[in-house]
Amino acid sequence: MLGLNRKDASLLIIVAILVALAPVLLNPFPEQSGLAQFNAGYPDLMQRFVIFGIFAIGFNILFGLTGYLSFGHAAFLGAGSYAGVWMLKLLTINVIPAIIISTAVAGIFALIIGFISLRRSGIYFSILTLAFAQMSFALAASVLTPITGGETGLQTALDDPRILDGANATGNIPAPSIFGLQMGDSIQLSLGGWLWTFNVGYYLAALVMLSAFYLAIRIFRSPFGIMLRAIKSNQQRLNYTGLNTKPYMLACFVISGMYAGLAGGLMVSMDPLAGAERMQWTASGEVVLMTILGGVGTLIGPVLGAGLIKYFENIFSKINDNLLHKWFAFMPDGAEDFIVSIIYPFVGKGWHLTLGLIFMAVIIFLPGGLVELGQKVAYIFKKKNPTPTSTPNTKPAE
Amino acid sequence: MGILEVQNVGKRFGGLQALQDVNLSVKENTIHAIIGPNGAGKSTLLNCLVGKLFPDSGTVQFDGNSVLGRSPYEINQMGISRVFQTPEIFGDLSVMENMMIPIFAKRDGSFSLDALSDFMKHKDIVEGAEKILEEMNMSNKQGMQASSMSRGDKRRLEIGMCLSQEPRLLLLDEPTAGMARADTNNTIDLLKQIGNERDITIAIIEHDMHVVFSLADRITVLAQGTPLVEDVPDKIKGHPKVKEAYLGETAH
Amino acid sequence: MDQIILQVLNGLDKGSAYALIALGLTLIFGTLGVVNFAHGALFMLGAFCAITFSRILSLSHVVIDETQKDFLGNPLKVDVPHIYDWFGESAGQAIINWSVPLAILFAIPVMIIIGVIMERGLIKHFYKRPHADQILVTFGLAIVLQEIVKYYFGANQIPNPAPEAFIGSFDFGAAIGLKAGTIIYPYWRIVYFCFAMLLIGSVFAFLQFTTFGMVVRAGMADRETVELLGINIDKRFTIMFGVAAAVAGLAGVMYTPINPPNYHMGMDFLVISFVVVVVGGMGSLPGAVAAGLLLGILESFASMRQVIEALPGINQVVIYLAAIVILLTRPRGLMGRKGVMED
Repeated sequence: MLGLNRKDASLLIIVAILVALAPVLLNPFPEQSGLAQFNAGYPDLMQRFVIFGIFAIGFNILFGLTGYLSFGHAAFLGAGSYAGVWMLKLLTINVIPAIIISTAVAGIFALIIGFISLRRSGIYFSILTLAFAQMSFALAASVLTPITGGETGLQTALDDPRILDGANATGNIPAPSIFGLQMGDSIQLSLGGWLWTFNVGYYLAALVMLSAFYLAIRIFRSPFGIMLRAIKSNQQRLNYTGLNTKPYMLACFVISGMYAGLAGGLMVSMDPLAGAERMQWTASGEVVLMTILGGVGTLIGPVLGAGLIKYFENIFSKINDNLLHKWFAFMPDGAEDFIVSIIYPFVGKGWHLTLGLIFMAVIIFLPGGLVELGQKVAYIFKKKNPTPTSTPNTKPAE
Repeated sequence: MGILEVQNVGKRFGGLQALQDVNLSVKENTIHAIIGPNGAGKSTLLNCLVGKLFPDSGTVQFDGNSVLGRSPYEINQMGISRVFQTPEIFGDLSVMENMMIPIFAKRDGSFSLDALSDFMKHKDIVEGAEKILEEMNMSNKQGMQASSMSRGDKRRLEIGMCLSQEPRLLLLDEPTAGMARADTNNTIDLLKQIGNERDITIAIIEHDMHVVFSLADRITVLAQGTPLVEDVPDKIKGHPKVKEAYLGETAH
Repeated sequence: MDQIILQVLNGLDKGSAYALIALGLTLIFGTLGVVNFAHGALFMLGAFCAITFSRILSLSHVVIDETQKDFLGNPLKVDVPHIYDWFGESAGQAIINWSVPLAILFAIPVMIIIGVIMERGLIKHFYKRPHADQILVTFGLAIVLQEIVKYYFGANQIPNPAPEAFIGSFDFGAAIGLKAGTIIYPYWRIVYFCFAMLLIGSVFAFLQFTTFGMVVRAGMADRETVELLGINIDKRFTIMFGVAAAVAGLAGVMYTPINPPNYHMGMDFLVISFVVVVVGGMGSLPGAVAAGLLLGILESFASMRQVIEALPGINQVVIYLAAIVILLTRPRGLMGRKGVMED
């Protein structure tokens, strides 16, 4: 189907179904129940799941296939975001041009940075990308304020020219939309105690994510993808086999950057505000965390990792000590306080700590991330075929 | 006029004259061995032939075209394939993928942005790889991860990968170094067979003289960066200069 | 002229912080071959050693002072640090006043222990793994360490003043015969620079003149040979990790009066320190020091008003720009060795 082999096609279909049903699946708890705060099925968060999924898929094409660790990928996300907002300001409030231009601008940006950074490999490459991203961040926050809005960020305004829509001087700032449907529009469905929200912006982002995922599968299976894996495996042999690794790496870097730009364009389509902090190296670090947690070099891993981290950031972080006390109220007082005081540092505001620990555990014990974990669990249940080889390469990357 | 012509090549590293006035002519469809004791400049010479090093002086011509200043991938595209001292293969990939990559490089050139087709559905490449795997006696290992094979198998795979490109010149750098006796003999037999059955020129750099005597049509002895003698194996065997080179100054 | 001197001086203190962190980073890389992204966190831990130490010093108990009355006429309750009871009030005050330099004594053993635990507990298992894995696991460790600090100390900057004797500025211009008031330089920055030079000097002396250092240097150059000689190089490398941690920690201790520490200061410094190490040349100790000072000075020159007017924003990016130019023109950095980190 669609030029995929059976296994990849079924993976794509499963992901498509999960994504389509996410508003229902992510809201497993009735609206009035005490656990409703663990529902992740609200538009804002679901949009972030899929958008960061795209970002991580793109990063994985670079790091997972070639083993080149970029610590500056957020620069492309930021560049895409700025380009997107400018399109919304100058051209039209319709998000389609914004998304396309974001991707293109990030691609050009990646071409320039990649052309220079790829002259070196290993840690030098990581440092070069880091240096470029930090430079972009510093410039975006200061000198480039006319273009980037500086520290307050760039956003749409009432008196933007919007050549295609015509500027309106009165009323509210128009919200980003696609052919009249606003990104914020939702249909709410209430069934029993449950409330499900089906949001336009989410479904647009989900559709783009599925296409991006499909494209990534095709790239993974293509001659181009195999050559990238060969670069990771043995660059010298590839050179002596008559293949020029440089254009392969550059093309890969640009594709990866375009994925980041696409994610940036979608981000500002949902919320037309782009700030410089989006380019900071901690943002680059986040996509590294996502990809590795989920499973570097695997197809679905980066999406899982992005979902996990965003879930942690938005839901897990809300657990406070009151809630913990409520949960452990069945215990005798002393024991309750003791347990709560042990757990408390790891939840709520301390979610970064838990994340850091999980991340370290993954690097140490599970180089294949969540995907490898899933395979191991599946193997325990099956006890049949001991070769979990569906990950193209679970070996850590250099 | 040989297919590979090396003229007056010199290379200096700081105070060390690694190569000096090297002249060498490798005739088409022969097996030519370059031997010499450690430090004779064999590896330096090889690296000059494949574009890894640029000699200070002299010319290296392959089939009438200069190879100097070209990258390894360009030299490969000219028709020279190289086998390394320790087998260089794509360890993370399967044996089949290993075999397909060189055929792809031969077909589509040094770069192709084919990011959408399924690699395994390129019929001609799959068939080509299957054929050469069979020739190498490795058909049963297609799905294995290359790094999990024995050293001898890795060597066979590497040679197979080079042959799959149908090169005009195959360069081997101490192909039996670090191998067990049985593996060494297998490799020698394999090379003999290749030399007999194919339209190919083979140049071997070798430290161990015994490996090449049964194999080579001609042998060049290199010592201290210069060719000492060049002749057929039988003449080289008892040559006093060769003994001197291998046994050192004590022979004086 | 005075402008130039001022900028050089300004660059030196920041540059010496860069140099100290980069020195430790290079030491770890050179000895253990590990790319340590948690090194910035060690710098941060050092700074919080100083905070902890000054808090321990001011641990107090309540004393009822009969000589003073509050506005209701009751005897005033005053907090008296325990340390006053032990050493007398004036000596106690002096100790608290000098808490930053004294924290060095506290930080050295603490940081060495942290370093050794880190090496034995985690880093050791990553020697044979790819550099990317080392970067990632230490990156994870850095997150964990800074979150722990955030949990105990909060997210805000915590001020930690220098001893009173060093508060204020030194009129450098007047001292060298220029117009008074043109080159004003805070005393503590002079102290910091001297301290950094002293520390760098001791590390070099330790490596150069002691047998231990000689073995470590030999091990850096050729680990296998040293091991073949029957020397337990692992143990020495562990100690070197502890030393590197202590160097980073001390840099942090002394930096607290210049910049009040918060939990993510390590990450901020780490990025620049890595740039410094790469510019200096991966694995070269003198390179790290030279590049640290050089980039510090370069940064302060780029912050001059005239320069910013000519090239807006240059002060923000000059370090990265320098790194990019140097990496592209001298791939091994200023003083890098051949074959280090090259695939």
